[in-house]
Amino acid sequence: MRTETVNKKALLPKDVRKRLIWRRLKIGVIAAIVILIYAWAFRGFVKDFKINPNAGQSIKAIFNGIIHPDWDYIVEPGGEDLLHALIDTLAIAVLGTFISAVLCIPFAFWAARNMSRRRWISGTGKFVLSAIRVFPELIMAILFIAAVGLGPFAGILALGFHSVGMLGKLFGESIENMDLSPREALIASGANRLQTLWFAIVPQVLPEFMSYTLYRFEVSVRAATILGIVGAGGIGAPLIFALQGHTWDRVGIILIGIIVMVTIIDYISGAIRKRLV
Amino acid sequence: MMDVAKKRQLSRIKTLLSVIFLLLLLWGSGYRTQVSFQDLFSGIPNIFSALADMLPPDWGYFDYVTGPMLETIRIAILGTTFGGILSIPIILLSSRNVTRSPFLFYPARFILNLIRTIPELLLAALFVPIFGIGPAAGICAITVFSLGIIAKLAYEAVEAIDPGPLEAMTAVGANKIQWVFFGVVPQVAAHFMSYFLYAFEINVRAAVILGYVGAGGIGIILNNMLASFQYNRVITIILYTLIVVAIIEFISNKIREKLL
Repeated sequence: MRTETVNKKALLPKDVRKRLIWRRLKIGVIAAIVILIYAWAFRGFVKDFKINPNAGQSIKAIFNGIIHPDWDYIVEPGGEDLLHALIDTLAIAVLGTFISAVLCIPFAFWAARNMSRRRWISGTGKFVLSAIRVFPELIMAILFIAAVGLGPFAGILALGFHSVGMLGKLFGESIENMDLSPREALIASGANRLQTLWFAIVPQVLPEFMSYTLYRFEVSVRAATILGIVGAGGIGAPLIFALQGHTWDRVGIILIGIIVMVTIIDYISGAIRKRLV
Repeated sequence: MMDVAKKRQLSRIKTLLSVIFLLLLLWGSGYRTQVSFQDLFSGIPNIFSALADMLPPDWGYFDYVTGPMLETIRIAILGTTFGGILSIPIILLSSRNVTRSPFLFYPARFILNLIRTIPELLLAALFVPIFGIGPAAGICAITVFSLGIIAKLAYEAVEAIDPGPLEAMTAVGANKIQWVFFGVVPQVAAHFMSYFLYAFEINVRAAVILGYVGAGGIGIILNNMLASFQYNRVITIILYTLIVVAIIEFISNKIREKLL
């Protein structure tokens, strides 16, 4: 049996045999790298791993609080309640998304490969967008708090600037994918730059722009729920107070509030996006 | 002719109503959050002074934050791995063409949607009282979070696979396990790996801020430095994160391009 397989292999042409060996070598090297990475990761994990001595109690308290949420918190006289905080959160997301949708348009044209003749122009645009993307929104919120003080406005600005990175990238890609012939036709018939922009480019990219903006709005609603942790408005502030004070029934109701709000927004936005594209 | 004119009018009214609705929404939001651009313009110098405080970065600090940075990456690796492994049964349960029964795949999808609505920072904050301050809470939060992302993307890929091999396997009498292993897995393995890496990219970024609630990694130091106004160290941490994230994204993008 064994000699037969060896013979079969010997029958293969030399370059095929070489390729087989190379492939095996490559797989071996990749496997070794992956194993090394995991060995490193797990070693640190095992070294640091510990469970709180009273973890059981904590789990019980958390579950108890989440199962019996503080329903009274939904609407309270005085306006310091869940509903108002959720509306604030939504307002932050709406305005943040609007700001980024406006701000990212010039960036998108800058980063689109077919809008400039030289490659380095779009290259630098793409680099700037990815640099904006990796700046976490919480850090941005802290910077804007330094400028405009604690409150939702700082959150709006943070979301507005952070989202430019992702929206600009998506918008830029949809500009790259559009059909350029209407633009050429308009230029040929003597339209000026503004006219070609308005009649050849805008109608083509507008549905995608709106769809991406809505998608970003969904992401921003989620982000806006945690901005309050640094004091940038919305539901995050009451949430972090409840978490730090271990008032788990309050955490429970806020969690339910966030889940319901995000689900509704996702549903509405998804329905609109389906009709757009 | 009438019809066309009417349709145009209708669509015009629709556009007008949408624009009015949008404007009302923006105005309402602005009113509710008391946006004032006067504040912004008078505050711009403050941003620049905060940025000026950050310069020059404290280069010597790079050495000190390398340990926490590695811990952050470790949290992301382990969390994504656990999340990826746990997501496999949920992916199979959620796919219409594997499970077949709406009584199984609708609840599975519902749970997935629930998981995805919870922000990862909140998950971390819930795990911190259980595991104590440290990376274990962060790993658990990332596990749950990446479970949501990977499962959502992957079950859609499973639903889009070619039914031909599956039918062939049913025809030759394969059992369900063989059917999944030889019919489904080879078709979606590359997609799954690609989504896994994508989730890893997101998780590295998420792990950076997890420390904010005490869930390990570089975020704890970042929080301390911000609280004590050591802005030139803050900028060091931010720069370090930017570099690490950029490298990881580059590698992961290259691998993903090869996979698909």
